[in-house]
Amino acid sequence: MKRVIMVCLALSLVLGGTATAEMKTLRLALASDPETLDIQQQLSGNMLEFSHWVFDPLVRYAQDMSFEPRLAEKWEQIDPLTIRFHLVKGVKFHSGNPFTAKDVVFTVNRMKQSVDFKGLFEAFETPVIVDDYTVDIKTNKPYSLVLNMATYIFPLDSVFYTGTDEKGQPKDAVVKAGYSFANETLPSGTGPYRCTFREQGVRMELERNPDYWDKNSPGNIGKVILTPIKEEATRVAALLSGDVDFIYPVPPQDFDRIDKDPKVNLFTYTGGRIITVQMNQNRLEAFKDPRVRQAINLATNNVGIAEKIMRGTATPAGQLSPKGYAGHDPALVPQYDLAKAQALMKEAGYENGFEASMIATNNRYVNDEKIAEAFAAMMAKINIKVNLKTIPKAQYWDEFDKQVADFQLVGWHSDTEDSGNFYEFLAMCPNKETGYGQYNSGNYCNPEVDRLTLACQTETDLTKRTAMLKQIEKILYDEAFCVYFHWQNHSYGAAKGLDVLPIVNVMNFPYIGDLVWN
Amino acid sequence: MFAFIVRRVFQAILVMVVIAFIGFSVQHSIGDPVRDMVGERVSLAEREALREQLGLNDPVLAQFGRFCWKALHGDLGTSYFHKRPALDVIVSKAPATLELVFGATVIILSFCFPVGIYTAIQPRAWFSRFVMAVSTIGVAVPVFLTAIVLIYVFGVELQWLPTYGRGVTVNVGGWDTGLLTADGLLHLILPSVSLASIMLPLYIRLIRSEMMEVLETEYIKFAWAKGLSRWRVWLLHAFKNTLLPVITVFGVEIGILFAFTLLTETVFQWQGMGFMFLEAVERSDTALLVAYLVVVGVMFVVINTIVDICYGLINPMVRIAGNP
Repeated sequence: MKRVIMVCLALSLVLGGTATAEMKTLRLALASDPETLDIQQQLSGNMLEFSHWVFDPLVRYAQDMSFEPRLAEKWEQIDPLTIRFHLVKGVKFHSGNPFTAKDVVFTVNRMKQSVDFKGLFEAFETPVIVDDYTVDIKTNKPYSLVLNMATYIFPLDSVFYTGTDEKGQPKDAVVKAGYSFANETLPSGTGPYRCTFREQGVRMELERNPDYWDKNSPGNIGKVILTPIKEEATRVAALLSGDVDFIYPVPPQDFDRIDKDPKVNLFTYTGGRIITVQMNQNRLEAFKDPRVRQAINLATNNVGIAEKIMRGTATPAGQLSPKGYAGHDPALVPQYDLAKAQALMKEAGYENGFEASMIATNNRYVNDEKIAEAFAAMMAKINIKVNLKTIPKAQYWDEFDKQVADFQLVGWHSDTEDSGNFYEFLAMCPNKETGYGQYNSGNYCNPEVDRLTLACQTETDLTKRTAMLKQIEKILYDEAFCVYFHWQNHSYGAAKGLDVLPIVNVMNFPYIGDLVWN
Repeated sequence: MFAFIVRRVFQAILVMVVIAFIGFSVQHSIGDPVRDMVGERVSLAEREALREQLGLNDPVLAQFGRFCWKALHGDLGTSYFHKRPALDVIVSKAPATLELVFGATVIILSFCFPVGIYTAIQPRAWFSRFVMAVSTIGVAVPVFLTAIVLIYVFGVELQWLPTYGRGVTVNVGGWDTGLLTADGLLHLILPSVSLASIMLPLYIRLIRSEMMEVLETEYIKFAWAKGLSRWRVWLLHAFKNTLLPVITVFGVEIGILFAFTLLTETVFQWQGMGFMFLEAVERSDTALLVAYLVVVGVMFVVINTIVDICYGLINPMVRIAGNP
């Protein structure tokens, strides 16, 4: 390991020394750092951010959620099961190996071996090489999300990751627990930065790739030093004192402070993570009645929560899909009407209310504990007495799976950036065998929603598909299948001169390769 | 002395076994390490397969037996999160914690004796009253708050001192130290002061009250009557005899000092064992937790042994060697 670091350091000095001389160094502080160096071993926000620094995807999302060509310069559908990707020519990995179609094949096959990715790539066949710079990505059924999935394909250096390492293990092994070549070796990607040093949890150093293929990238940061700072107050203090230049996330309680300080800027951007509370119909008879579920939604002042508790850092939601997603319907707005809620409760025969237990996390989502407390207080207005218990995330999910409470809080971000993913995990009938409805602890079950969601998976006509997604969203809204709170916004604090807005997006992966420091 | 050491070694082993067993039996309530290792969408079956592969589904006793057997060979398990041997992880984090405790101890020792003695000799002086008042507040304010206030005053407002981390460290024979660089020392100041803020007031008050008590005793009055110099009476006769209870308390409190590094390290992003421990709890990294508990158990036995030996050196009446 040490030797690898030394070699890479030496290499970066020789190769990068001159090119990066006049470029700036960015000191970046995040809540946590990438879990591993193997980008296909763990699927997490941290790892995807890291992938965008050191690797490039075939395509990526632009701010308007359209697809932006990266290593694939163009693509076309050649039959219902195949999309042909034309790759950028003349791209080199950090190791010096040329990037060709074989690396795409290697990468997709490796993802199909990885526990975290195999679910996402279930529909994918081994890609077929047409020539060095053309590759056909094939699926085993007509599949509407091939491009969405292509944002996950960050081609690895197949030469670099093939063979056996010093310990006699295959270099391409994907290992969850313990040593593997890819977990411990500074990676070789095509990305704007090469990783030159990493001490897990302490520090990571990235140097600008002097031979970066994308000559149009405006980025002028020569070096990035990433330090994780877990404690929110310390992270903010480090920015305010000038010890670091760029932090995220920014805790809501410090928004004013950062906004007022003339040396730093605050940026926020709409995020895609929805916060909801599920009502377990198998535990509580009352939740089977749509009127009760609607009353609960009507009694929840989620606009108030977004303003008072989230201090404007959240967008109140009346549906699962955030703006920009195919299923988003602007007509489905959050409602708050206490009188109507009370009337509905009376109509359903629960005028005197009932008692319900509730669990929520206290360190997973922004202000999750406060949101849950506010919700419990609001429920009192329609005579539902909520017994709330908050639990740290390490213990929460086991309790969640066991469905120990009537109300259960859950946040969800669609990892395909498509509405369908919300329905598959949160709204479809729970089914242990197919895995659908895995996070539907409310046990809401509507065959029509199931049918439409499955149809959307294979519908490649986008207009028809969008109409179906909107139809599902409408059914869920009308039936009030869960309590909608809000979509969490992303927040960034940066030193003056850092042009942050052009590089942020719904996924919270700021493209630091394109970051400009004036 | 030999019998004493042998007894202590056995004690240490017993402590380790008991701690490890407790660690193993409570690990299920800490959480499921597999949850943190995989993405949210990974299916139940895949998670179950991984649990099986890691041996997490075996009965607790079987897991414990496997752990003990490996421990005998110097292997305390592999951290799920760091993906390295747990002992390696702990050893790599130990210098940071030890230097922090060292920094705090230096501050405590260099202030508690002069201030404690002064307040005992001159209880009515304005400085003594001031110290007593401040120390009451010092005992009451949680270290978390002290740390944040220090960061905002000296880091953000005055910008004299760095706010987080260890700064530049150099590696001396495998020990990553921040004590040898100016930057490292600057980074050490705020965390050490926060950590010291818990113990310092306590020691000042302890030394003061002990000293005042001793100053009332017959042999001190006799010393005054003999016409000995003031300094000789205060330091040689009175102060030496106040030390004994102070050392006892110090032995117990140094453990608490280590416990408080958890909070201090988290606030200052100080990459030591305390920070590692809290992260391991959050990530349900049970393998690392058990290894950490065992290592800390050993450390406590060693510290207590040293305190007991010091005891004998200062007061021959409680010498341990040979006594039944």
